[in-house]
Amino acid sequence: MVSDPSTTLHTAYDSKIEGNVIFTRADAAINWMRKNSLWPMPMGLACCAIELMATASSRFDISRFGAEVMRFSPRQSDVMIVAGTVTYKMALAVKRVWDQMPEPKWCIAMGACASSGGMYRSYAVLQGIDKLIPVDVYISGCPPRPEALIEGLMKLQAKIEKSPSLQEQKQEYFNEMA
Amino acid sequence: MSAEDVIKVREKFGAQVISSLEFRGEHTVTVELTVLHDVLAYAKKELGYGMIIDISSLDHFGDDPRFEMVYEIVTVDDSKHLRVKAPVGEEESVASVTDLWVGADWHEREVYDMMGIPFTGHPDLRRILMWEGYPFYPLRKDFPLAGRPSDMPDVAFTGIAPLEGGPFVTADGGDDTIGREPRSRVIP
Repeated sequence: MVSDPSTTLHTAYDSKIEGNVIFTRADAAINWMRKNSLWPMPMGLACCAIELMATASSRFDISRFGAEVMRFSPRQSDVMIVAGTVTYKMALAVKRVWDQMPEPKWCIAMGACASSGGMYRSYAVLQGIDKLIPVDVYISGCPPRPEALIEGLMKLQAKIEKSPSLQEQKQEYFNEMA
Repeated sequence: MSAEDVIKVREKFGAQVISSLEFRGEHTVTVELTVLHDVLAYAKKELGYGMIIDISSLDHFGDDPRFEMVYEIVTVDDSKHLRVKAPVGEEESVASVTDLWVGADWHEREVYDMMGIPFTGHPDLRRILMWEGYPFYPLRKDFPLAGRPSDMPDVAFTGIAPLEGGPFVTADGGDDTIGREPRSRVIP
Protein backbone atom coordinates (compact mmCIF):
# COMPACT_ATOMS: atom_id res chain seq x y z
CA MET A 1 0.00 0.00 0.00
CA VAL A 2 1.67 3.17 -1.18
CA SER A 3 -0.36 6.34 -0.77
CA ASP A 4 -0.23 9.31 -3.04
CA PRO A 5 2.55 11.53 -1.62
CA SER A 6 0.80 14.76 -2.70
CA THR A 7 -2.02 14.35 -0.20
CA THR A 8 -1.36 14.50 3.51
CA LEU A 9 -3.18 11.76 5.35
CA HIS A 10 -2.04 12.60 8.84
CA THR A 11 0.49 14.99 10.29
CA ALA A 12 2.53 12.19 11.88
CA TYR A 13 2.17 9.77 8.99
CA ASP A 14 5.14 9.56 6.67
CA SER A 15 3.50 8.02 3.66
CA LYS A 16 6.80 7.35 1.91
CA ILE A 17 7.86 4.92 4.59
CA GLU A 18 5.01 3.82 6.70
CA GLY A 19 2.88 2.40 3.93
CA ASN A 20 5.55 -0.27 3.46
CA VAL A 21 6.28 -1.01 7.09
CA ILE A 22 4.73 -3.89 8.95
CA PHE A 23 5.10 -4.34 12.67
CA THR A 24 5.39 -7.94 13.78
CA ARG A 25 7.38 -10.29 15.92
CA ALA A 26 10.54 -11.77 14.50
CA ASP A 27 9.21 -15.26 15.22
CA ALA A 28 6.07 -14.62 13.23
CA ALA A 29 8.01 -13.19 10.31
CA ILE A 30 10.49 -16.06 10.22
CA ASN A 31 7.76 -18.64 10.50
CA TRP A 32 5.72 -16.92 7.79
CA MET A 33 8.68 -17.10 5.44
CA ARG A 34 9.45 -20.68 6.33
CA LYS A 35 5.94 -22.04 5.99
CA ASN A 36 5.28 -20.47 2.61
CA SER A 37 8.44 -21.73 1.03
CA LEU A 38 8.72 -25.37 2.00
CA TRP A 39 10.98 -27.09 -0.47
CA PRO A 40 10.16 -30.79 -0.44
CA MET A 41 12.61 -33.62 -0.71
CA PRO A 42 10.49 -36.16 -2.60
CA MET A 43 11.34 -39.56 -1.15
CA GLY A 44 9.15 -41.52 -3.56
CA LEU A 45 9.41 -45.22 -2.80
CA ALA A 46 6.16 -46.76 -4.02
CA CYS A 47 2.73 -45.93 -5.43
CA CYS A 48 2.35 -42.91 -3.09
CA ALA A 49 4.99 -41.25 -5.24
CA ILE A 50 2.53 -41.27 -8.15
CA GLU A 51 0.06 -39.30 -6.05
CA LEU A 52 2.90 -37.03 -4.96
CA MET A 53 3.63 -36.34 -8.62
CA ALA A 54 -0.05 -35.68 -9.24
CA THR A 55 -0.06 -33.23 -6.34
CA ALA A 56 2.81 -31.37 -7.93
CA SER A 57 1.25 -31.21 -11.39
CA SER A 58 -1.27 -28.85 -12.88
CA ARG A 59 -4.55 -30.28 -11.59
CA PHE A 60 -3.69 -30.00 -7.90
CA ASP A 61 -0.66 -27.72 -8.09
CA ILE A 62 1.18 -27.78 -4.78
CA SER A 63 2.91 -24.54 -5.80
CA ARG A 64 -0.20 -22.71 -4.56
CA PHE A 65 1.16 -23.59 -1.13
CA GLY A 66 4.74 -22.68 -1.85
CA ALA A 67 6.01 -26.24 -1.99
CA GLU A 68 6.59 -26.75 -5.68
CA VAL A 69 10.38 -26.76 -5.62
CA MET A 70 10.97 -30.48 -5.58
CA ARG A 71 14.64 -31.16 -5.85
CA PHE A 72 16.41 -34.46 -5.44
CA SER A 73 18.96 -32.62 -3.41
CA PRO A 74 18.63 -33.00 0.34
CA ARG A 75 20.89 -30.01 1.02
CA GLN A 76 18.34 -27.63 -0.49
CA SER A 77 15.27 -29.17 1.12
CA ASP A 78 13.08 -28.27 4.07
CA VAL A 79 10.54 -31.05 4.23
CA MET A 80 11.02 -34.70 3.42
CA ILE A 81 7.90 -36.34 2.04
CA VAL A 82 8.33 -40.07 2.60
CA ALA A 83 5.93 -41.42 0.00
CA GLY A 84 5.74 -45.18 -0.03
CA THR A 85 6.84 -48.45 1.48
CA VAL A 86 10.13 -48.20 3.36
CA THR A 87 11.85 -51.54 3.13
CA TYR A 88 14.65 -52.36 5.51
CA LYS A 89 16.99 -52.33 2.54
CA MET A 90 16.02 -48.71 1.84
CA ALA A 91 15.58 -47.55 5.43
CA LEU A 92 19.14 -46.49 6.16
CA ALA A 93 19.34 -44.71 2.79
CA VAL A 94 16.27 -42.65 3.78
CA LYS A 95 17.91 -41.91 7.13
CA ARG A 96 21.07 -40.84 5.39
CA VAL A 97 19.23 -38.43 3.09
CA TRP A 98 17.41 -37.06 6.13
CA ASP A 99 20.71 -36.49 7.92
CA GLN A 100 21.98 -34.55 4.91
CA MET A 101 19.09 -32.07 5.07
CA PRO A 102 19.94 -28.83 6.86
CA GLU A 103 17.95 -27.60 9.86
CA PRO A 104 15.20 -26.56 10.15
CA LYS A 105 13.61 -29.61 8.59
CA TRP A 106 10.31 -31.39 8.78
CA CYS A 107 9.01 -34.78 7.73
CA ILE A 108 5.69 -35.86 6.27
CA ALA A 109 4.91 -39.58 6.37
CA MET A 110 2.64 -39.96 3.36
CA GLY A 111 0.36 -42.96 3.32
CA ALA A 112 -0.16 -46.07 5.38
CA CYS A 113 3.19 -47.70 4.57
CA ALA A 114 5.38 -44.76 5.54
CA SER A 115 3.29 -44.18 8.67
CA SER A 116 3.06 -47.72 10.01
CA GLY A 117 4.22 -50.28 7.48
CA GLY A 118 0.68 -50.43 6.14
CA MET A 119 -0.42 -53.80 4.88
CA TYR A 120 3.16 -55.02 4.76
CA ARG A 121 3.39 -56.76 8.09
CA SER A 122 6.43 -58.70 7.00
CA TYR A 123 10.10 -59.36 7.44
CA ALA A 124 11.09 -56.95 4.69
CA VAL A 125 9.33 -53.71 5.62
CA LEU A 126 10.16 -51.11 8.26
CA GLN A 127 7.04 -50.67 10.38
CA GLY A 128 6.81 -46.91 10.03
CA ILE A 129 9.48 -44.36 9.13
CA ASP A 130 9.04 -42.80 12.59
CA LYS A 131 11.21 -45.63 13.91
CA LEU A 132 14.14 -43.88 12.24
CA ILE A 133 13.35 -40.19 11.79
CA PRO A 134 10.96 -37.81 13.60
CA VAL A 135 7.68 -37.33 11.73
CA ASP A 136 5.64 -34.12 11.93
CA VAL A 137 2.57 -35.07 9.90
CA TYR A 138 1.11 -38.49 9.17
CA ILE A 139 -1.26 -38.78 6.21
CA SER A 140 -3.62 -41.74 6.07
CA GLY A 141 -4.62 -43.40 2.83
CA CYS A 142 -3.36 -46.10 0.53
CA PRO A 143 -2.34 -44.07 -1.35
CA PRO A 144 -3.72 -40.73 -0.09
CA ARG A 145 -5.45 -38.46 -2.57
CA PRO A 146 -3.54 -35.32 -3.55
CA GLU A 147 -6.05 -33.30 -1.52
CA ALA A 148 -4.97 -35.27 1.56
CA LEU A 149 -1.32 -34.47 0.90
CA ILE A 150 -2.18 -30.80 0.48
CA GLU A 151 -4.07 -30.86 3.76
CA GLY A 152 -1.09 -32.53 5.40
CA LEU A 153 1.08 -29.75 4.06
CA MET A 154 -1.33 -27.14 5.43
CA LYS A 155 -1.25 -28.89 8.81
CA LEU A 156 2.53 -28.69 8.70
CA GLN A 157 2.29 -24.99 7.84
CA ALA A 158 0.03 -24.48 10.85
CA LYS A 159 2.59 -26.26 12.99
CA ILE A 160 5.46 -24.15 11.69
CA GLU A 161 3.41 -21.00 12.29
CA LYS A 162 3.28 -21.77 15.99
CA SER A 163 6.89 -22.83 16.41
CA PRO A 164 9.18 -20.64 18.56
CA SER A 165 11.85 -20.50 15.86
CA LEU A 166 13.83 -17.50 17.17
CA GLN A 167 13.67 -18.72 20.74
CA GLU A 168 15.06 -22.04 19.58
CA GLN A 169 17.90 -20.29 17.80
CA LYS A 170 18.58 -18.17 20.89
CA GLN A 171 18.57 -21.24 23.08
CA GLU A 172 21.01 -23.00 20.75
CA TYR A 173 23.24 -19.94 20.82
CA PHE A 174 23.23 -19.83 24.61
CA ASN A 175 23.90 -23.53 24.81
CA GLU A 176 26.90 -23.12 22.55
CA MET A 177 28.17 -20.19 24.63
CA ALA A 178 27.78 -22.05 27.91
CA MET B 1 3.22 -81.53 -28.58
CA SER B 2 4.31 -81.51 -24.97
CA ALA B 3 2.85 -84.99 -24.35
CA GLU B 4 5.18 -86.46 -26.99
CA ASP B 5 8.09 -84.63 -25.42
CA VAL B 6 7.29 -86.19 -22.05
CA ILE B 7 7.47 -89.63 -23.71
CA LYS B 8 10.78 -88.71 -25.35
CA VAL B 9 12.21 -87.59 -22.00
CA ARG B 10 11.01 -90.84 -20.40
CA GLU B 11 12.62 -92.92 -23.19
CA LYS B 12 15.91 -91.09 -22.93
CA PHE B 13 16.26 -90.86 -19.16
CA GLY B 14 14.38 -94.01 -18.16
CA ALA B 15 14.36 -94.70 -14.44
CA GLN B 16 15.73 -91.29 -13.60
CA VAL B 17 12.36 -89.80 -14.43
CA ILE B 18 10.50 -90.04 -11.13
CA SER B 19 7.04 -89.24 -12.44
CA SER B 20 5.15 -87.34 -15.08
CA LEU B 21 1.75 -85.74 -14.82
CA GLU B 22 -0.79 -84.14 -17.08
CA PHE B 23 -3.25 -81.73 -15.53
CA ARG B 24 -5.61 -79.69 -17.71
CA GLY B 25 -3.21 -79.79 -20.63
CA GLU B 26 -0.18 -78.88 -18.57
CA HIS B 27 2.66 -81.38 -18.58
CA THR B 28 4.99 -81.86 -15.65
CA VAL B 29 8.04 -84.12 -15.51
CA THR B 30 9.74 -84.82 -12.20
CA VAL B 31 13.30 -86.04 -12.54
CA GLU B 32 16.24 -86.88 -10.31
CA LEU B 33 18.43 -83.93 -9.37
CA THR B 34 21.48 -85.66 -10.88
CA VAL B 35 19.99 -85.56 -14.39
CA LEU B 36 18.10 -82.28 -14.03
CA HIS B 37 20.61 -80.28 -16.06
CA ASP B 38 20.78 -83.01 -18.72
CA VAL B 39 16.99 -83.10 -19.04
CA LEU B 40 16.80 -79.32 -19.40
CA ALA B 41 19.68 -79.31 -21.90
CA TYR B 42 17.91 -82.06 -23.87
CA ALA B 43 14.65 -80.12 -23.77
CA LYS B 44 16.35 -77.02 -25.08
CA LYS B 45 18.64 -78.49 -27.70
CA GLU B 46 16.60 -81.43 -29.01
CA LEU B 47 13.01 -80.52 -28.23
CA GLY B 48 13.17 -76.81 -29.01
CA TYR B 49 12.32 -75.24 -25.66
CA GLY B 50 14.19 -72.04 -26.33
CA MET B 51 12.91 -69.93 -23.49
CA ILE B 52 12.74 -70.18 -19.72
CA ILE B 53 9.87 -68.22 -18.24
CA ASP B 54 10.26 -68.99 -14.57
CA ILE B 55 12.30 -70.83 -11.99
CA SER B 56 10.81 -71.31 -8.57
CA SER B 57 11.23 -73.56 -5.59
CA LEU B 58 9.06 -75.24 -3.00
CA ASP B 59 9.74 -75.96 0.64
CA HIS B 60 8.14 -79.24 1.73
CA PHE B 61 9.11 -78.61 5.32
CA GLY B 62 9.25 -81.86 7.27
CA ASP B 63 9.66 -84.04 4.19
CA ASP B 64 12.86 -85.51 2.87
CA PRO B 65 14.11 -84.27 0.46
CA ARG B 66 13.00 -80.93 1.71
CA PHE B 67 13.05 -78.67 -1.36
CA GLU B 68 11.87 -78.94 -4.92
CA MET B 69 12.99 -76.96 -7.94
CA VAL B 70 10.44 -76.01 -10.60
CA TYR B 71 11.37 -74.89 -14.11
CA GLU B 72 8.83 -73.52 -16.57
CA ILE B 73 10.06 -73.75 -20.14
CA VAL B 74 8.34 -72.88 -23.42
CA THR B 75 9.08 -72.78 -27.10
CA VAL B 76 9.52 -69.31 -28.48
CA ASP B 77 6.34 -69.60 -30.57
CA ASP B 78 4.48 -70.62 -27.37
CA SER B 79 3.20 -73.85 -28.91
CA LYS B 80 4.66 -76.06 -26.19
CA HIS B 81 4.96 -75.62 -22.46
CA LEU B 82 6.75 -77.99 -20.11
CA ARG B 83 7.27 -77.95 -16.37
CA VAL B 84 10.31 -79.78 -15.02
CA LYS B 85 10.64 -80.50 -11.32
CA ALA B 86 13.39 -82.03 -9.23
CA PRO B 87 13.60 -82.77 -5.51
CA VAL B 88 16.51 -81.14 -3.70
CA GLY B 89 17.83 -82.19 -0.32
CA GLU B 90 18.80 -79.70 2.37
CA GLU B 91 22.54 -80.03 1.84
CA GLU B 92 22.42 -80.39 -1.94
CA SER B 93 23.16 -77.81 -4.58
CA VAL B 94 21.59 -77.49 -8.01
CA ALA B 95 23.43 -77.22 -11.32
CA SER B 96 22.82 -73.77 -12.77
CA VAL B 97 21.07 -73.55 -16.14
CA THR B 98 22.51 -70.14 -16.97
CA ASP B 99 24.67 -71.91 -19.57
CA LEU B 100 21.47 -72.93 -21.37
CA TRP B 101 19.28 -69.86 -20.84
CA VAL B 102 20.92 -66.56 -19.87
CA GLY B 103 17.55 -65.46 -18.51
CA ALA B 104 17.87 -68.01 -15.72
CA ASP B 105 20.42 -65.77 -13.98
CA TRP B 106 18.14 -63.61 -11.85
CA HIS B 107 15.59 -66.39 -11.29
CA GLU B 108 18.28 -68.54 -9.72
CA ARG B 109 19.53 -65.64 -7.65
CA GLU B 110 16.01 -65.15 -6.33
CA VAL B 111 15.70 -68.85 -5.44
CA TYR B 112 19.05 -68.64 -3.69
CA ASP B 113 18.05 -65.47 -1.85
CA MET B 114 14.59 -66.52 -0.72
CA MET B 115 15.00 -70.28 -0.22
CA GLY B 116 18.73 -70.71 0.31
CA ILE B 117 19.30 -73.33 -2.38
CA PRO B 118 22.83 -72.91 -3.76
CA PHE B 119 23.62 -73.23 -7.46
CA THR B 120 26.83 -74.55 -8.97
CA GLY B 121 28.17 -72.91 -12.11
CA HIS B 122 26.20 -69.68 -11.66
CA PRO B 123 28.26 -66.68 -12.84
CA ASP B 124 27.15 -64.25 -10.12
CA LEU B 125 25.37 -65.94 -7.25
CA ARG B 126 24.57 -63.04 -4.95
CA ARG B 127 21.39 -62.20 -3.09
CA ILE B 128 19.02 -60.25 -5.30
CA LEU B 129 16.33 -58.83 -2.97
CA MET B 130 17.83 -58.94 0.51
CA TRP B 131 21.31 -57.61 1.15
CA GLU B 132 24.55 -59.58 1.32
CA GLY B 133 25.00 -60.64 4.93
CA TYR B 134 21.32 -61.04 5.76
CA PRO B 135 21.42 -64.26 7.77
CA PHE B 136 18.04 -65.83 6.91
CA TYR B 137 16.12 -67.25 3.95
CA PRO B 138 12.71 -65.64 4.29
CA LEU B 139 10.53 -67.91 2.14
CA ARG B 140 11.42 -71.08 4.02
CA LYS B 141 8.51 -72.54 5.92
CA ASP B 142 10.30 -72.32 9.27
CA PHE B 143 10.87 -68.57 8.86
CA PRO B 144 8.15 -66.55 10.61
CA LEU B 145 6.18 -64.05 8.51
CA ALA B 146 6.86 -61.36 11.10
CA GLY B 147 10.58 -61.72 10.46
CA ARG B 148 13.55 -62.05 12.72
CA PRO B 149 15.77 -59.31 14.07
CA SER B 150 19.10 -58.82 12.37
CA ASP B 151 21.60 -56.00 12.17
CA MET B 152 24.38 -55.16 9.74
CA PRO B 153 25.81 -51.81 10.80
CA ASP B 154 25.65 -49.16 8.05
CA VAL B 155 23.93 -51.56 5.65
CA ALA B 156 20.54 -52.59 6.98
CA PHE B 157 18.71 -53.97 9.96
CA THR B 158 15.46 -55.85 10.42
CA GLY B 159 12.93 -56.08 13.21
CA ILE B 160 9.85 -58.07 14.04
CA ALA B 161 6.57 -56.88 12.52
CA PRO B 162 3.67 -56.64 15.00
CA LEU B 163 1.29 -59.24 13.64
CA GLU B 164 -0.79 -59.94 16.74
CA GLY B 165 -2.68 -62.60 14.83
CA GLY B 166 -3.83 -59.81 12.59
CA PRO B 167 -4.63 -59.64 8.90
CA PHE B 168 -2.83 -61.60 6.21
CA VAL B 169 -1.93 -64.39 8.60
CA THR B 170 -3.22 -67.86 7.78
CA ALA B 171 -4.71 -69.70 10.73
CA ASP B 172 -6.02 -73.22 11.19
CA GLY B 173 -9.71 -73.88 10.70
CA GLY B 174 -12.19 -72.04 8.52
CA ASP B 175 -14.00 -73.59 5.62
CA ASP B 176 -12.42 -71.44 2.95
CA THR B 177 -9.67 -68.90 2.40
CA ILE B 178 -11.88 -66.09 3.67
CA GLY B 179 -12.25 -67.96 6.96
CA ARG B 180 -8.57 -68.80 7.24
CA GLU B 181 -7.25 -65.42 6.17
CA PRO B 182 -9.70 -62.73 7.30
CA ARG B 183 -8.96 -59.12 6.45
CA SER B 184 -9.06 -58.32 10.15
CA ARG B 185 -9.23 -60.38 13.28
CA VAL B 186 -10.37 -59.49 16.77
CA ILE B 187 -7.66 -60.33 19.24
CA PRO B 188 -9.16 -61.93 22.36
